[in-house]
Amino acid sequence: MAIEAKKRRFDYARWAPLIALVILFVVSCAISADFRSVRNWTNILRQVSYTGIIALGMTFVIASGGIDLSVGSMTALVGGVAILTLNRVGDGQTAVVAAAGAALLCGAAAGLLNGLVTVKGRIAPFIVTLGTMSVFRSVALYIAQAGEFRAESEAYHEIGTGYALGLPVPALVFLGLAIVFHVILNNTRYGRYVLAVGASEDVARYSAIRVGLVKCVTYVISGISVGVTALLVSSRLNSISSSSEGVMYELDAIAAVVIGGTSMSGGKATVFGTVIGAVILGIINNMLVMMEVSPYLQGTVKGAVIITAVLLQYRRTRGRG
Amino acid sequence: MQNVTHTPADDAPPPLLKIDGIAKAFDGVLVLNNIHIEVAKGEILGIIGENGAGKSTLLKILAGIHPPTRGTILIEGRTVSPNTPRAAGKLGITMIPQEFNLVDTLAVFENIFLGHEKHIGPILAKGRMKQRAREALDSLGADIAPTAVTGDLSVAGKQMVEIAKALCRKSRILIMDEPTTALSERETEVLFSVMKELKRQGVMILFVSHRLEEVRKICDRVLVLRDGYTISIADTAKTDVYEMAKWMVGRELNQVFPEKIAPDDEVVLRVDRLGTRGTLHNVTFELKKGEVLGVAGLGGSGRTELAETVMGLRRRTAGTITVKGRKRSLRSPRSAVRSKLGFISEDRQRQGLIMDFQVPPNITLANLRQYSTVFLRKSREKDRAREYAREFGIKSPDPDSPVRLLSGGNQQKVYVSKWMDTGPEILILDEPTRGIDVNAKRDLYYFIQSLAKSGISCILISSELEEVIGMCRRVMVMREGTVSGVLEGEDVTEENVMRLATGIG
Repeated sequence: MAIEAKKRRFDYARWAPLIALVILFVVSCAISADFRSVRNWTNILRQVSYTGIIALGMTFVIASGGIDLSVGSMTALVGGVAILTLNRVGDGQTAVVAAAGAALLCGAAAGLLNGLVTVKGRIAPFIVTLGTMSVFRSVALYIAQAGEFRAESEAYHEIGTGYALGLPVPALVFLGLAIVFHVILNNTRYGRYVLAVGASEDVARYSAIRVGLVKCVTYVISGISVGVTALLVSSRLNSISSSSEGVMYELDAIAAVVIGGTSMSGGKATVFGTVIGAVILGIINNMLVMMEVSPYLQGTVKGAVIITAVLLQYRRTRGRG
Repeated sequence: MQNVTHTPADDAPPPLLKIDGIAKAFDGVLVLNNIHIEVAKGEILGIIGENGAGKSTLLKILAGIHPPTRGTILIEGRTVSPNTPRAAGKLGITMIPQEFNLVDTLAVFENIFLGHEKHIGPILAKGRMKQRAREALDSLGADIAPTAVTGDLSVAGKQMVEIAKALCRKSRILIMDEPTTALSERETEVLFSVMKELKRQGVMILFVSHRLEEVRKICDRVLVLRDGYTISIADTAKTDVYEMAKWMVGRELNQVFPEKIAPDDEVVLRVDRLGTRGTLHNVTFELKKGEVLGVAGLGGSGRTELAETVMGLRRRTAGTITVKGRKRSLRSPRSAVRSKLGFISEDRQRQGLIMDFQVPPNITLANLRQYSTVFLRKSREKDRAREYAREFGIKSPDPDSPVRLLSGGNQQKVYVSKWMDTGPEILILDEPTRGIDVNAKRDLYYFIQSLAKSGISCILISSELEEVIGMCRRVMVMREGTVSGVLEGEDVTEENVMRLATGIG
């Protein structure tokens, strides 16, 4: 009996997303010659980094038991503010720095708004962020009169298109941020509080944790990651569309979080899982293009993958009960 | 050990329930071993044992929650296998779980008929269901309207709804897992008369309780389990609580309560004319250094609310709180913890511990500042958790197990460790011995005494009079949201406490 107790069972649940990624990668390599190139892989990494970065912030919100549906609209608004700031300050380095600062600040402020309304108003985050999703989009449309925000600086363009360490800048930012967020979630007091609040708000409250503050900050983190994405997207295109930018980003971000193994009910989360989730979605998208599947059907596949991931998660927890 | 091997004559009807060699293993560890028992129609069988003895597992097998690893269940001589709670229900087996299975937002009658709704064609027969629910509740002597919202009921009220639910399902075998823990003495009496009535109607009842006196009073026979084995099956008429306790624990029990210690003169906590909206008014008391102050009162008298208000979990609308001579606002649990207050609440699962977390993060949760600079020092957390595990004898299946997998007594020890880690000077314990076994209770009593000795003041809130009287020199009794009296020394007797708690006599 003692031996049996010591024998560690392989924690399938923990490694499932990584195993899925490896299988997907190997299968993709096997069936498509076009897939097998480093250039394609870095491309995929760049493509997933925009919603991937948002998903990193979303991981905190979901870990604490919340949800943020406003991230897509927020990207358009924050990107717009960044470009307006850039154009106002002028050309050169200062303008770029000012734009970056504006993006982060504006994202944080929008996140703070979500957080305050959720916590102070005691309204379900689903409703609050559904509301702000509409508000952010409409403000962006109003400012740009439904058109584009266009950057007048050439230096700005370099952030989004540049390469460093052999990787596109957005991909590098994505991976770097993932490490930072992983450390915050797993190795700081705040991260522990986020998980505690997500697992049981009452226990957290009885443990003298400031539940409202902890929750509010998760939305600020989400807002800041939107700021980062908005900056990268707008600089890559040197413009941002008030009507089409960020549409359905919330779906991709939530999907990455869930596929990565974070529990939708909170309390259990993994940042690296989210990275894996984002990459899985990226590879699937890439393969669908390679195999000349109609782009209209890509949403079907994505939706099916999300539902399957949640189904597996649900069966795991139910099996234990 | 007594073995029961009935060999009934061929013409005798088979017993209503026969458990034949049931065993259960979780992950290769046997938690229930070769249980044999036959129970007749109209019999009330008590099942007792310490935490982890296998009582709950046995009940869950019967109720279709766990399948047995070995053995068979026979109902009236026919082998049955209740694989799901629904299948068990069809066989006439109903379990009233410790954690209620009620939807708080539904009306009482809707809960009673949940999953078994009565219809007229496709339309719900609400009138008929209300009528039947009312009859069932009336037969329980429960003053609950069928249309009341379930979430508004007290714990005792919800218990009554659970029993009414079982009554409406025409159960032949009723399983009651610690039904009396949340009930007052009067409510317990009502429950017992209902059980006797069911017995008369031929319903068989399995009754699990930690209160041996109750088991002796209501049950015909008692099944004693220890470490998954049958220790004894005895007629309650031929045994007494001491013998039952001895079987459970495996040794003689001597004096359960430690010696009471005289507190210092220094007043560490003074609560003056405290009030909240709705529940508490004009609550005034003092707590001395190293004192164990008992707080007694019936359910709903405001004991828990008082603890929560002092801890900053509820909004105070009147009065002042003075800690060690300094007035404190205590508007949040954080400020209470800063003033060196600690609170072990009665609902360990929902307010005490995070069931999915492992032991170390649970212990450090209220004191995490101590374990972090910029980053968490996880190795320090683990070291500290190991120290507590040694000190309190916390046993877990595996160092990485979530606390969910620990037994109730061990969870309680983790909960106590969590608050000890904050270094409290005043510790409020709300029903700390609820649902834990004799041995663990005794450990806890001695632990509280050792706290008092080291100068930590305790407020012990308890529904078990014996406990309050055995532990405390001074007992404050509450009724209807205020202090109805404070008893001291010789005056601390069961009669006096009950008189103040009920306001009668």
